[in-house]
Amino acid sequence: MAEYEFSKEEDKKIRDDFPLLNNRDIVYMDNAATTQKPVEVIDSWKRYYENYNANPFRGVYGLSVDATEVYEDARKAVAGFIGADSYCEIVFTRNASESINLLSTSLCEYILQPGDEIIVSIAEHHSNFLPWQQAAKRYGAKVVFFECEEDGEFKKEKLEELITGRTRILAITHLSNVLGRINDVKTFAEICHKNHVLISVDGAQSVPHIPVNVKELDVDFLQFSGHKMLAPMGIGVLYGKEELLNAMPPYMYGGEMIETVTRDGATYAELPHKFEAGTVNVGGAAALAEAIRYYEKIGFEKIMARERALTKAAIEKMGEIEGIEIIGSKDPTQHEGIITFLVDGVHPHDVAAIMDAEGVCVRAGHHCAQPLLQYLYDIREKKNTGGISTTRVSMAFYNTPEEVDRMAEALAKIRPEMGLT
Amino acid sequence: MAERTFYNEVLTDHNLHPDNKYHLKDPNLVKEGVNPSCGDDIVLQLKYKDGVIEDASFVGEGCAISQASADIMINLILGKTKEEAEHLSDIFLRMIQGEASDEEIEELEEGSALQDISHMPARVKCAVLGWRTLNEMLKDA
Repeated sequence: MAEYEFSKEEDKKIRDDFPLLNNRDIVYMDNAATTQKPVEVIDSWKRYYENYNANPFRGVYGLSVDATEVYEDARKAVAGFIGADSYCEIVFTRNASESINLLSTSLCEYILQPGDEIIVSIAEHHSNFLPWQQAAKRYGAKVVFFECEEDGEFKKEKLEELITGRTRILAITHLSNVLGRINDVKTFAEICHKNHVLISVDGAQSVPHIPVNVKELDVDFLQFSGHKMLAPMGIGVLYGKEELLNAMPPYMYGGEMIETVTRDGATYAELPHKFEAGTVNVGGAAALAEAIRYYEKIGFEKIMARERALTKAAIEKMGEIEGIEIIGSKDPTQHEGIITFLVDGVHPHDVAAIMDAEGVCVRAGHHCAQPLLQYLYDIREKKNTGGISTTRVSMAFYNTPEEVDRMAEALAKIRPEMGLT
Repeated sequence: MAERTFYNEVLTDHNLHPDNKYHLKDPNLVKEGVNPSCGDDIVLQLKYKDGVIEDASFVGEGCAISQASADIMINLILGKTKEEAEHLSDIFLRMIQGEASDEEIEELEEGSALQDISHMPARVKCAVLGWRTLNEMLKDA
């Protein structure tokens, strides 16, 4: 991909779209945790509540029909964004965590038998590990770990070795929130399907940063959160192939997910409503659709070029600072905006606190991925202060080269400030 | 811009060159304290006899705040009675909440280097780890 640099005017225009970035004098580089929101998205939420709000689906009156239309239009926007065949394959949830809980509970009830195996990658966020671990326990199944190389690569040969006649599901992230490296889920999907294994992909970090097309990747399930892609907190998505979602039992029971209810039982609504019990988050869905329009307006080609240029610059500058070790690949092109690192002799929480004092927001700790950090800690020769904890900077396209400089300057102060040289 | 960093020289010095970080020979009270948010993990060791802390040390790992705070605490409580140590602990814990007077804070000597942590709620648990562990030990002593 050609190197694309935003012009100064484009930079300014994008920055102007994000009120928080103008209201606070900070360098926000915790985008893998949540992104800031453009004014269009904030306004779309407001517009819904000022003009269209009613309980969708239930009312016969026009306003409720309007609310339903806003919600279903948002669903279609999501389906188009990820290349789903039908809007029926898009289930709205609160976030990726809820999507995975829904999926693991319902899918495992449908297919899992005692002695079956679920393969989970070692790099999973706790959200894409614990639900499968617990489901496996409920059905007497086994969790098998798919381990990566020290540079963060997941090799298909390893996956092929792990699959047995009892493997039912592979749960893997498209892009680890620690390693920042794209996993070849298209190849993994081919291997899985050849072996009659279903593949579920956590897209929480990939969908906001690279084009993701579920048909092209041929994954069976995909989950992501709105709040990590410019939309508000409280709206998320589960994509699933229609025939699978149709066969799976409901997850939550209640209003709007039924067809008829009697004293003895019920029949359930068609997809996707079967999985959307209770009153839904229409304002959040409308804002997610607006976030998608914002992504489409700028375009992934520019977004990726920008984030990759920032990442490359950051890794180069970090390499000039004494005592910094980057986790995962040493190759900047293998980090999609996510750089996790150690500062020799300084605990990551102290690193993040000193950077905060310089106005730079970064994440420290185990990034909700303790099995991965423990694994990386065990295979690394050099042990660092702070045990398995690390510090992470994560970029979005609205970050600027000047902010990368400010981040690197803050980082350079840490060891001297802590009395180390 | 956030306020300047609270990593002053007293704190970084106690973190890098602790006076009391070693295994005590024959301690009669030993207790582990853990702060899961930073992964701080210390083991406090005391020689406690007739109501007096005759000797004390700690071992463990964690962020600079947890380590320096535990080291400073031990300097303060060496040779003190249970009541005196609990009195200092009470002042320290109130200082961290921004509720201790200047006169009280003076009693904490180098412990006062940690008073700005009251502006950093995310780090309070690190600063109080040693003191909290000490309180639990003395409660049962």
